[in-house]
Amino acid sequence: MSEPLSYLGVPLTRPKVGFFELSSCEGCQLQILNNEATLLDFLNLVEIVNFREGMTERADTYDIAFVEGSVTRKDEIVRLTDIRKNAKILVALGSCACFGGVNRLKNRFRDLDWVKKEVYGDFPVDTMETHPLEDFVPVDLSIFGCPIKKEEVERIVTDLVVGKMVHHPEYPVCMECKANQNICLFELGEPCLGPVTRAGCDAWCPSNRRGCWGCRGPAEGANLKQLKKIMHTYGFSGETILDRLECFGGFASFSDSVRSQNKKTPAGRKKS
Amino acid sequence: MKISCEVDVHHLTRVEGHGNIKISIKNGSVKKAQWEVVETPRFFEAMLVGKHWENAPYICGRICGICSIGHTLASIRAVENGFGIIPTAQTTHLRLLLKHMETLQSHILHLYFLAAPDFLGVGSVLPLAKTHPDVVQRALRLKLLANDACDIIGGRRLHPTRTVVGGFTMLPEKRQLEKIRQRLISSVPDLLASADLFKTFDIPDFSRETEFVSLKGDTDYPFIGGRLVSTDGVLKKEQQYRSMTNEYCKTGFTSKLSKLSRPSFAVGALARLNNNFPLLHPTAQEVSKSLGLVPVNHNPYMCNVAQLVECVHVVFDSVQLIDTLLANPWQEPRQPVQAKKGEGVGAVEVPRGILYHYYKFDSHGKVIKADCVIPTSQNHANILHDIEALASQYAGTGKQDREIELLAEMLVRAYDPCISCSVH
Repeated sequence: MSEPLSYLGVPLTRPKVGFFELSSCEGCQLQILNNEATLLDFLNLVEIVNFREGMTERADTYDIAFVEGSVTRKDEIVRLTDIRKNAKILVALGSCACFGGVNRLKNRFRDLDWVKKEVYGDFPVDTMETHPLEDFVPVDLSIFGCPIKKEEVERIVTDLVVGKMVHHPEYPVCMECKANQNICLFELGEPCLGPVTRAGCDAWCPSNRRGCWGCRGPAEGANLKQLKKIMHTYGFSGETILDRLECFGGFASFSDSVRSQNKKTPAGRKKS
Repeated sequence: MKISCEVDVHHLTRVEGHGNIKISIKNGSVKKAQWEVVETPRFFEAMLVGKHWENAPYICGRICGICSIGHTLASIRAVENGFGIIPTAQTTHLRLLLKHMETLQSHILHLYFLAAPDFLGVGSVLPLAKTHPDVVQRALRLKLLANDACDIIGGRRLHPTRTVVGGFTMLPEKRQLEKIRQRLISSVPDLLASADLFKTFDIPDFSRETEFVSLKGDTDYPFIGGRLVSTDGVLKKEQQYRSMTNEYCKTGFTSKLSKLSRPSFAVGALARLNNNFPLLHPTAQEVSKSLGLVPVNHNPYMCNVAQLVECVHVVFDSVQLIDTLLANPWQEPRQPVQAKKGEGVGAVEVPRGILYHYYKFDSHGKVIKADCVIPTSQNHANILHDIEALASQYAGTGKQDREIELLAEMLVRAYDPCISCSVH
């Protein structure tokens, strides 16, 4: 496991990496363990010094910190700031870290007290509006997806280790879907954000006949106006489109503005 | 002799989510024995309010990164029960097969990556790759098989894509199922080798009389839907899940807790096995007996063994399910869905125990109320009482702090807690 690494004859250092989680399902970290065929090779590429979900040993110095999850409580800001201080490179791992993820759906309600009451009644619980990491600390690199795609993580980590630039595709999922020779889901009556969502997942959902819900956020130059127009022609309601645009927070700048027009608390209780 | 002890484990490792253990023993008597859950709540039940029904399984699957398939299936079942949809035999078989493969994947992950390092005296699975390469390779083979099967049936091992209300968006190819069938059959020696490995483990000798809650099987070992049962003799319908879980809040826990006939109860592989032992596949029953596990067993550390027994069961049962699927021509993957006003409950046995999703819909099929009761939240109170009993048992025995700490950590790990899931 610890023979010297080299790339094209140039010796490389194994970076010390740590995995951390804020508010999340911890699924993205699990994805790291989920590629059994290449797991041991992947582990050979780095030195894992912190991975609470998988190991007991912990260290506070690391070159790369992978942070999963979004910030939903004040103590998480402190933890995140500490991680940022200890890490040379901070990577936002998955949609929750990049955009707030599904956790952000609670921001639809203006009244956080209603949100707390709906789940916990009168029992006191601490929470705040959901934020992505970049609202509090500089993020060096984002790995998109809910969940992240392991092959993509492996490629990105390899690039980091050998010192290559990391690039994300600028084109949308639609391109990958076409390349996979899928029937367009619009033709099958299934709403899909493929035309506006950043590629890199190899059209994971559409290739399984499930429309894209935009977990990777917008492609460069995503034309939402045109998407809405096309989806309306295929008979999809505004609500159906909005459900998808707001699901993972990647299109928040658009979906939040639509929601704020009818942002309300259920049972007619509005906050003044 | 040492009769005082301080244990303070902040953010226990090798479990999903954030929990703390605190034990304080002074002069042989227990001053403090605590299990705390500090995970941040995400408020899924509030998120769903106002959302159209099709969002529910998609969003709720994200409650958990380990048992996302179980959450998705429980959510789908709740919606289908709410709308009066009865899944076809094909869908039922495929869902159960998918569920089995998640059970296998999750149990193997827990047994080899999270639990085994304690029994082998290391901090993680990483050093085992060097010292026990055959063990690690075996674990990876089994996990890969389960995950590949989840990809083929559910579209994706984590946060499945093909599972929808009414059925599946698309079906696996039959030759893919045939391959999985072959791999399942050839995995049996790996499972028996796993059993041999666990026979060498020194399972701590600790028992506390506990009420065990699970689904009750009628003709098959239960996983999806059915009646609810407890070893204290409670028997209820799926729709009555609230009176089976009796959730309440408690200081020190951001998760809710549950109780039934006693101050706490346990769910999970050991509970399922204790309630349904005769319905296990005969080979699984043999493995269970060979590891000293017969119902009703009250040693929480035996949950590890129960998981292993279930791995054997699901592998044999999956082969039968695939045979049934292969014997029939494919039908339509998905039936149409007609939303209506009403409410529905879905109870599913996920790896860590019985999971309930409940939704109430308005006439447009929008969620007006949601409730999810998670296995680990049902276990928290029992973990707490176990830690108290464990501390008492060892208070005057002169064990070192680190020994008691390890026993307490192993106890919590035996429940395979999914803490972020329990808080959701």
